[in-house]
Amino acid sequence: MQFCLLAITKAFLIEKAVLITIVIAVSLVIAMYSTWAERKVAGFIQDRLGPNRAGWGGLLQPLADGMKLFMKEEIIPNASNKFLFILGPGVAMLTAMMTSAVIPWGNKIEVFGRSIDLQIADINIGILYIFGVVSMGVYGIMIGGWASNNKFSLLAALRGASQMISYELAMGMSIIALLMVTGSLSLKTIVEQQSAGWWNFFYQPLGFLIFMVCAFAECNRTPFDLPEAESELNFGYHQEYSSMKLGFYLFAEYINMFISSTLMATLYFGGYDIPFVNDANLLSSLGPNLTATLQALALFAKIFFFIFFFMWVRWTVPRFRYDQLMNLGWRGMIPLALANMVITAAFMLWRHG
Amino acid sequence: MSITEILFWFLTVLAIGSALMVIVSKNPVYSVIFLILTFFAISGHYLLLNAQFLFIVNLIVYAGAIMVLFLYVLMLINLNADAEPMKNKWLKIAGTVAGGCFLLVMVAALRTVDTKGITAQVGGGDIGLIETLGKTLFSEYVVPFEVSSVLFLSAMVGAVVLGKK
Repeated sequence: MQFCLLAITKAFLIEKAVLITIVIAVSLVIAMYSTWAERKVAGFIQDRLGPNRAGWGGLLQPLADGMKLFMKEEIIPNASNKFLFILGPGVAMLTAMMTSAVIPWGNKIEVFGRSIDLQIADINIGILYIFGVVSMGVYGIMIGGWASNNKFSLLAALRGASQMISYELAMGMSIIALLMVTGSLSLKTIVEQQSAGWWNFFYQPLGFLIFMVCAFAECNRTPFDLPEAESELNFGYHQEYSSMKLGFYLFAEYINMFISSTLMATLYFGGYDIPFVNDANLLSSLGPNLTATLQALALFAKIFFFIFFFMWVRWTVPRFRYDQLMNLGWRGMIPLALANMVITAAFMLWRHG
Repeated sequence: MSITEILFWFLTVLAIGSALMVIVSKNPVYSVIFLILTFFAISGHYLLLNAQFLFIVNLIVYAGAIMVLFLYVLMLINLNADAEPMKNKWLKIAGTVAGGCFLLVMVAALRTVDTKGITAQVGGGDIGLIETLGKTLFSEYVVPFEVSSVLFLSAMVGAVVLGKK
């Protein structure tokens, strides 16, 4: 056999390790401060102050919450399946973190005479990779809910699983329509195309709407937070969890929200493209490092807007009933996504003659 | 050993080991989880063969969709040991004989195959890449491809008809 696939040098390894560390740290910090932002936004919308005791404007509140979760007693129910009970939150966290591997955070930077891509892996199946990891995310909920050996947890887990499976279909089809427009599965290429021309949102407004609704459903966010509907299921699939295992589930939700916002920005809103600015001109006048920084800032501005949008919706729209959720998914979203796909295909055929 | 070689052996041991655990483990939920692990290991092999599209499709379709449904059904079943239906001794013997026959057929069929000439090339070859695969499917194999899509459509219609009853 011929073994020549992985020509890995030490510098490459270090470069990627540093990049992975930074991306994970940034995801965690953003997820952490999303909890703070969520409570502040909720406070603003409901005309109250939100957290304001720990630190200036409550800025240390996430640290206090994290400390509280770490310090709480670790409880594993007697009747639970111990291994799976611990595996559940681990899987939830792992799948939440894995998605960030294929997202381009900016153009190249130059450090120590090396040109470094601000992307962990530019694989030519980027979107499919994300889709694959997202479809793994359901296992965290299902395993955790079942292993708790609690009827409410199990019901919530089954709700979560069926919800995610239903909305994955429409999400996949909205992505197919996007792929017809871009002609590439690599996220880097998609962003570069948008930097050169119009953002994909203008070609695929309906596709974006479907993608966004499905992203809400995949993240189990209101109005689709049925797996954790307190009034019906006590606390949802993580009812039996305590301490940091509960923290992992809650945290994974916020990381998912961050990654979904990143995907919406990358796929439909130009990714790291700075609007109204010619990136090539910027590159020649400012140099690669400053350009990459500005691009990353532009991407994060878009991400923060979408995270804010997630919160805005959460504190504005009430929860769906379960049959309404399924109706919307199967009778609303999937036909709409199919129609979007057919129209896009017809348009692409007509344009190419 | 190169990194690829280490990965190859790791994935091989993982695939065979977890495939064995699927049939050995007592708890059906564990079986499903080991089956998912097996799919992951096989997907890793696809990746080593530079078949990225097969890698991800295997994960999305098998590990991500079909196994979720397996797990979904299993979680609703009462999994207590005394409710286990497979208690018949003759059924076990019949199963062993059938499995042995299958093994015999496989060994007999694979014994004469010349494996020297068709060694899989690790990292080389681009048949599994998405562009190549798409072009092959829509030029060389377009008729079987379309026929199988009709098959899927009829299966879907059949499922809806059964569900309406």
